[in-house]
Amino acid sequence: MAFAPINKNYHDFFVVRDKDACINCQVCVRQCSYGVHFWDEARQCVRHDNTKCIGCHRCEALCPTQALLIQEKPSNFKANALWRPVFIKNIYKQADTGGVLLSGMGSPADIPVYWDNLLLDASQVTNPSIDPLREPMELRTFLGSKPTRLEFEETPEGPRVKTKLKPNIALNFPIMFSAMSFGSINFNLHIAMARAASELGTYYNTGEGGLHQSLYKYGKNTIVQVASGRFGVHRDYLNAGAAIEIKIGQGAKPGIGGHLPGEKINAKVSETRMVPIGSDAISPAPHHDIYSIEDLHQLIYALKEASEYKVPVSVKIAAVHNVAAIASGVVRAGADIVAIDGMRGGTGAAPAMIRDNVGIPIELALASVDQRLRDEGIRNNASIVAAGGTRCSADVVKAIALGADAVYIGTAALLAVGCTLCARCYTGKCPWGIATNDPYLAKRQNPDIAAKKMANLMKAWAHEIEEMLGGMGLNSIESLRGNRDKLRAVGLNQIELDTLGVKAAGR
Amino acid sequence: MKAPERYYDFQKDISGCGVFGVINTKRELIPGSMPIQAMCTMHDRGNGLGGGFAAYGIYPDHADKYAFHIMCETQEGLDSAEELIKKFFVIHESQPIPTKPTLAIKNPPIVWRFFLSAKQGGDRPKWRTNDEKDYVVNVIMHINKKTPAFVFSSGKNMGAFKGVGFPEDIAEFFRLDEYQGYIWTGHNRFPTNTPGWWGGAHPFTLLDWSIVHNGEISSYGINRRYLCEHDYECTLMTDTEVVAYEIDMLIRKHGLSLRMASWVFAPPFWDEIDRMPEEQRKAFEALRMVYGPALLNGPFAILVSDGTCLMGLNDRIKLRPLIVAESGSNVFMSSEESSIRDVCRELDTVWAPKAGEPVIVKLED
Ligand code: SF4
Ligand code: SF4
Repeated sequence: MAFAPINKNYHDFFVVRDKDACINCQVCVRQCSYGVHFWDEARQCVRHDNTKCIGCHRCEALCPTQALLIQEKPSNFKANALWRPVFIKNIYKQADTGGVLLSGMGSPADIPVYWDNLLLDASQVTNPSIDPLREPMELRTFLGSKPTRLEFEETPEGPRVKTKLKPNIALNFPIMFSAMSFGSINFNLHIAMARAASELGTYYNTGEGGLHQSLYKYGKNTIVQVASGRFGVHRDYLNAGAAIEIKIGQGAKPGIGGHLPGEKINAKVSETRMVPIGSDAISPAPHHDIYSIEDLHQLIYALKEASEYKVPVSVKIAAVHNVAAIASGVVRAGADIVAIDGMRGGTGAAPAMIRDNVGIPIELALASVDQRLRDEGIRNNASIVAAGGTRCSADVVKAIALGADAVYIGTAALLAVGCTLCARCYTGKCPWGIATNDPYLAKRQNPDIAAKKMANLMKAWAHEIEEMLGGMGLNSIESLRGNRDKLRAVGLNQIELDTLGVKAAGR
Repeated sequence: MKAPERYYDFQKDISGCGVFGVINTKRELIPGSMPIQAMCTMHDRGNGLGGGFAAYGIYPDHADKYAFHIMCETQEGLDSAEELIKKFFVIHESQPIPTKPTLAIKNPPIVWRFFLSAKQGGDRPKWRTNDEKDYVVNVIMHINKKTPAFVFSSGKNMGAFKGVGFPEDIAEFFRLDEYQGYIWTGHNRFPTNTPGWWGGAHPFTLLDWSIVHNGEISSYGINRRYLCEHDYECTLMTDTEVVAYEIDMLIRKHGLSLRMASWVFAPPFWDEIDRMPEEQRKAFEALRMVYGPALLNGPFAILVSDGTCLMGLNDRIKLRPLIVAESGSNVFMSSEESSIRDVCRELDTVWAPKAGEPVIVKLED
């Protein structure tokens, strides 16, 4: 009996091939970037190796005769409430490799999803619901600092505003594409996000990988990010977008930096990031010029100076335990936007332990930040953008009712172009052509089609948001923002209710 | 201010209503019988769980004093309020508000009025450096919070009279036919869940401002939180309260005109704003960006007065009725034309104001 490492026996998926249906066309062989399917010369047919399958479903989707079925392997360990299979398998893996467990995408761990405990209101009798197909329904949103009050001058033509406002960015929908760096996802998707954001009148975020010269023309709808690695940051870059975002942390991996392996650094990534081809691009855990809140204050103002105070500066932080106090400090340090990334937010690569165990859910973080900023009378000084685990338009509505000005979507945008959440983004082998810079795989994404799909998703959500708003008897998004009276909670304890600031259903 | 503990867990009543208002631009006095009769016509817009009136010009002899109307279930409560008032104000007169026992009004609270002037500077126990109006508002909130008594009217040469009952019964109870004023507003209420509390009836007043409101403010949840950021705590379990505080904040504290404030309540739609000339487009964009949390969303028709004008305003898509009519120097605003016709047969003009367009009628002087 050949020796097989223990790990090999406990793979997660297996392939079911319908022999009658299979025509041996070898599409699956070419599509699978993990080498599951292969041509067996001796038997003159396509066969497969189950141990390699990571469950991306690419072959299943492309098989011309629907001969394939990818299933979770039903083989079970002896039931054990403590030692669930994932822990057992992880130990086998680490015993083999001696390495950190890597993972991609947001945490699949079973942490309460508070969106599911929150329910929305609708009008009945005492106020009419509003039909968005007949009446105006307004979703326009502004992100940036606002003054507490305004001074007007009345002229025969109408009012004139005397107060000078700080720069804000205007969104047609309260949804933006979240930071996903060029390098972690490929160029085709960056073009797609840029085009979709421009078409929709919203924004996409470059992520920490810089902005390729050819995308500068979409600058009006771009938020340029400055992270601890400072990749691709220079004067033109800072002035290329409509807003600048300082990335302090990421929900999927609070407290640690990033690592783009050298294999992913091709010529285009290299020129955009300003790092040599093939060298690892490492983002340190902290910004080495920010060891305290006053340092952040300096960086915010350095960036404002560099961009001549023409664009708002956002600061993105991961949702950690003291997020409310941290956000308050960030706003006082001069941020015009605080983006909060919850622990279910996606990532190209993160140590699984960090991803599944560090941080707090966005719902609680968002609610406490919004309340804290209001309690301190500084809510108008900055907008709040919620990120991390927004799955549908109802989640967006709930986030806004809790107090967000807008939400960032990342994972949802990738799902729109075919991602199946296989969570192996860190391998660079994404069979859907997303989290990969391999030209053979990357060309699976056509930027035109991807842009269309992303735009479609947002438009669909916008329609749904309008329906929900109208149902609540509201015709403008600002009347929903922070309006927690439109939410009720089921199945939560009193402390959770207090944190969310939401009444229990039935009250 | 920091939101009080469990501020989110409030109860609020929901109600439909009828409103009526009249102003004589020449300050000729209108007897109480007219608004009473008009409200009678709209009897069916209420269900007997709330009625009230506000009248301006009723206390000419004390025109420079704050007229505090206070209600309280118990004498002890009232005494504790009086204690506080003594500390913060100079009392010029203190008397029961004249009432008449009526069959329809059951278990009325004790209603009392004071004519007051505010203590100044060092004589004040608290809020020494506040300007006078701020000071008075602070004391009112203080009394409402710290004692079981409730200040339901606090302006000069004006008064609110309200309670649980049909407006005509409330009027009879307060003997309103004995008063005369140059501006009157009236309110008939149809709450669907009521705490049955006299303070919850309309009009709502703060200093000289009074508001009657027909509608439901669906944006209440955020209006309330926004006001709390600006130190107004909503305690009255009704959404009209936010209108009163917003008016106070926008006009008195932020210095906006009533017209600008009405644009905060019911701003133009974006596609209208986008078509405006540059200066106005900027002004309205700023208004919506900054005062978005104060937008009153949902169906409403409100009548607002500060003793110098009467304003009628509908929500942005006119989901509640509001009719305006003129006859000589009288201008009427009402939920129903019938109520106006009933008190004034011959009208010069009658029209229904457009959605979101305020009608502001000022006194001539
Ligand atoms: S793609 Fe389908 S039909 Fe083609 S070889 Fe694979 S399983 Fe067979
Ligand atoms: S982006 Fe690609 S690798 Fe990452 S989860 Fe989606 S399909 Fe898998």
